[in-house]
Amino acid sequence: MIGQSVYVPRLLSEIESLAPGHRACIGCGEVLAIRQAFKAIGRDAVVVNATGCMEIIASQLPYTSWRLPWIHTLFENTAAVASGVEAGLKAMKRKGRYDHPDTKVVAIAGDGGTVDIGLQALSGALERGHNLLYICFDNEGYMNTGVQRSSATPYGATTTTSPAGKQSIGQLSWKKDLPAIAVDHRIPYVATACPSFPIDLVEKVKKGVATKGPAYIHVFSGCPTGWGCATNLTIKLGRLAVETGVFPLYEVENGKYKMSYKPETLRPITDYMKPQRRFRHLTEDVIKMIEKRVAEEYYKLLEKAECQK
Amino acid sequence: MAKRVGIETSLAISEVVAACDVDVVAAYPITPQTHIVEHLADLVANGKLDAEYIPVESEHSAMSACLGSVAAGARTFTASAGQGLELMHEVLFVASAMRLPVIMAVTNRAVSSPLSVWGDHSDVMATRDVGWIQLFVENGQEAVDNTICAFKMGEAKNVLLPVMVNLDGFHLSHMIEPITIPEREEISRFLPPFDYPLPLHPDKPVAMGDFAPPVIFSEAKWAQEINIRDSYETIIQTWQEFGQQFGRYYQPVEKYCTEGAETLLLTMGSFSETAMTAIDNLREQGQKVGLVRIRLWRPFPFEELRKAVGSAKTLIVFDRAISVGGPGGPVVSEVKAALYNEPQKPNVVSFVGGLGGRDVTREGFEEIITRGQEIAEQGSPNEFEIYGVRE
Repeated sequence: MIGQSVYVPRLLSEIESLAPGHRACIGCGEVLAIRQAFKAIGRDAVVVNATGCMEIIASQLPYTSWRLPWIHTLFENTAAVASGVEAGLKAMKRKGRYDHPDTKVVAIAGDGGTVDIGLQALSGALERGHNLLYICFDNEGYMNTGVQRSSATPYGATTTTSPAGKQSIGQLSWKKDLPAIAVDHRIPYVATACPSFPIDLVEKVKKGVATKGPAYIHVFSGCPTGWGCATNLTIKLGRLAVETGVFPLYEVENGKYKMSYKPETLRPITDYMKPQRRFRHLTEDVIKMIEKRVAEEYYKLLEKAECQK
Repeated sequence: MAKRVGIETSLAISEVVAACDVDVVAAYPITPQTHIVEHLADLVANGKLDAEYIPVESEHSAMSACLGSVAAGARTFTASAGQGLELMHEVLFVASAMRLPVIMAVTNRAVSSPLSVWGDHSDVMATRDVGWIQLFVENGQEAVDNTICAFKMGEAKNVLLPVMVNLDGFHLSHMIEPITIPEREEISRFLPPFDYPLPLHPDKPVAMGDFAPPVIFSEAKWAQEINIRDSYETIIQTWQEFGQQFGRYYQPVEKYCTEGAETLLLTMGSFSETAMTAIDNLREQGQKVGLVRIRLWRPFPFEELRKAVGSAKTLIVFDRAISVGGPGGPVVSEVKAALYNEPQKPNVVSFVGGLGGRDVTREGFEEIITRGQEIAEQGSPNEFEIYGVRE
């Protein structure tokens, strides 16, 4: 992947839909992921944004960083608002009152807005079969409100509402597997991606928006502020998350799993955890246990992909 | 020409929504709103209405989907009631503040607990401050007429506000009445196509729903206040134009036998028609009584209310909701506020009744008026009574 980075600027479109001047933190992985994703989406799109980091950093009356038509209403209803936009455009197209045949409806939300408070609306939109792409930018917690835990926060991470202390090692539950939940809605396209693998991310978003029907992409996006790591480590940590099996890259087309990247062997999980303050309190035993579980999950996934070949 | 037919009010509303050529209906079923959304689904399924019907998974998503479709520029309708209206509560604020004219019928219903699917005004009174234009109707014809007017009022370019048409759950929503449903051609002469000024369109990107820091939030709210206040003129004008075309006229505050009345009863919604029969009866007995009905709940018609109350000595306000631990009913609190600074004001007596579907008959309203006059004679009353409550 490192070799490829030389060609990345030539392989990707020059379109920037999120203008500079926004207020994201230094080293924000989500902004990077959004820039990549919208290179694939292009200009003929409507963006529906949940409340969260990406909404706060890009909008403040009377300004916006978005060069696309963009709407934000609330936190938990993004998939429902996007359903409405899609239905509205569809009806108006049919009645000859809307002139772009292929406008894409793209919903974007963080992990809190997706796996927790927005899950019901998302499930409804996926089940109903709207023609839209939903992208979750997962930084594993409520970072915008001060680093609280979500159900996407990994086991053992310390956050302000799952603090490590004398009686606790931090987050005591395992990360909710939202891509699997999306797959179980029998939608045509589900994928995981990470901005550390830009070509892969862009290709998946292209597939996602080209899909007739609902598509769901779960993007692992590093957060130096919430994870407690150096601001120049976002891309490296994304790569390490993939190489350690913490966040495998795969896609599921019409129920068929396919690995996007298969490391020959999984790297030791400490490579990924060590640079992050949120894991620093964990003992070797706990780390070993996490590593074991991560490997188990990874091979289960691999088996699914292999068996379906 | 439109024919007058015997039809259930809910179905008549669906028929007229279809005649208004809506583009999107997003709805979740809740008693007693179900007949409206069922019939709309049926009209779409049978090709009688060319619209997208989104069978959402909750009322929160119903209203959210409506925001999206209006923002895209599509004419949008939904209906709700009771718990459903409360579940979409936070979304209601967004619809008005972002100037997205969603049109919604609310078949007014009690709010849990105890669970009650039956009618009262608790649901809508909890949404008093959401910034919507809120109308109350008294019979099936009014429900149909005001649904048509709601699209025209809400979608007017100087207004662009969501409109709620309130009709009493069961007592009105499930009534079969003789109703004239205007034809599509007649409606299209009255109601222009929806032309949202700045929809979500890739050719002209707009950002909708930015956040506001303290330095600009007050200004945003003040703009909203001016917006809904100014909508008043358009509301009146719309009713006027409707009357001119269809021959049925509506006012923000309706009066019945108020001429020379010393005691006035004030009601909202379908119970008003029962109250009228009580007034007729008492008038026949020589009592100087009259009835005032508030049709426009938001923006509140302060001036018209003061005029309608005039120089009456006693004003008996009948609320179908209770502000628990507060002044009794929400309507009486509003009415008192409207009259407080008047040099000459009536004794205001507060009754709460018709809760959770309990009926109030003609005799009931006569009792309320008699009892109200007694209370007024005893001096300045601050307490309220729940009509017919067993202790």
